[in-house]
Amino acid sequence: MASTPAVNTKSSYWQSLVTDWSADREVFKLSWGKLMMWIFLLSDTFIFSVFLIGYMNVRMSATDSWPLTSEVFALHVGGADIPLLLIAIMTFILITSSGTMAMAVNCAYQRNKAATFKLMIATAILGASFVGMQAFEWSKLILDEGVRPWANPMGAAQFGSAFFMITGFHGMHVSIGVIYLTVVAIKVLRGHYDEKGFQIVEITGLYWHFVDLVWVFIFAFFYLW
Amino acid sequence: MSGQPETASHGEGQQHPIGLYFKVWILLFVLSSMSYAVDYFHFHGYLRWTLILVFMFLKAGLIISVFMHFAWEPSTLKLALGLPVITIIVFIAFMAIEADYTFLSRLTFMSGGT
Repeated sequence: MASTPAVNTKSSYWQSLVTDWSADREVFKLSWGKLMMWIFLLSDTFIFSVFLIGYMNVRMSATDSWPLTSEVFALHVGGADIPLLLIAIMTFILITSSGTMAMAVNCAYQRNKAATFKLMIATAILGASFVGMQAFEWSKLILDEGVRPWANPMGAAQFGSAFFMITGFHGMHVSIGVIYLTVVAIKVLRGHYDEKGFQIVEITGLYWHFVDLVWVFIFAFFYLW
Repeated sequence: MSGQPETASHGEGQQHPIGLYFKVWILLFVLSSMSYAVDYFHFHGYLRWTLILVFMFLKAGLIISVFMHFAWEPSTLKLALGLPVITIIVFIAFMAIEADYTFLSRLTFMSGGT
């Protein structure tokens, strides 16, 4: 058999890609669980994109001025209004939880069940505190500032509906993530995955990092823009 | 950073040195602080929007490529997940044009109403 000449890396990349797709075998060299989580996250990407695009659309077409998020979400601390303070804290909590989740995945593959459990529960607690702060933020906005999905005293009426829809849906994802993490963490500790392997922790991590990822976009487009 | 010359360790799953996670973690903290600073120091106009987008994409890229291990996944998965996302850009363009039209119509026909 003639030896194949060394091809440059670029063409071999595309060649192997074509081979992977056209060969009569599995295209994705992944476990089905992980692949399905990725496909689910892709569909979730579209859901959040549609929400954020809808928000862009109503904000661009509103003739009333858009409420100043920097002031709306300011916290009164020590006699001064600090803009977006609560949102910043929530952002850091979510990033911290992403870090503990990454550590949990690492520990799971080292088969350190106790550490995996602790880190996953820490992630879940951080997630729960995020939801708690969001509940505080919502009640402050609804009760003190009089924001409704159809109107608000600060400006364009579309602000309320966009805010409740986007942050509500994200908060729901965080809440589901907290439950998911807790369930998997308990199962890890009980030895449920001792024979199957600990990839479930990585799959759970994918979901959790995605929730953090969505927050990055919400933080940029809704709160900072 | 994310471009370390290691390949996906097959076998059970994605395994990477814990130091890499720490570095990314710290970077995410720094980037978040910087995007918060954009608001805190009242940057306005194009400078503000550019900075917000740059920090946002850097954070998103770090989370996807390192925390979600996307950088080490097979190229078939990258293609299958990356291509559909491009359609979102088309949708954004469509809706931006549509919003512009709605805005102008409102100005013209509703005498500045809502």
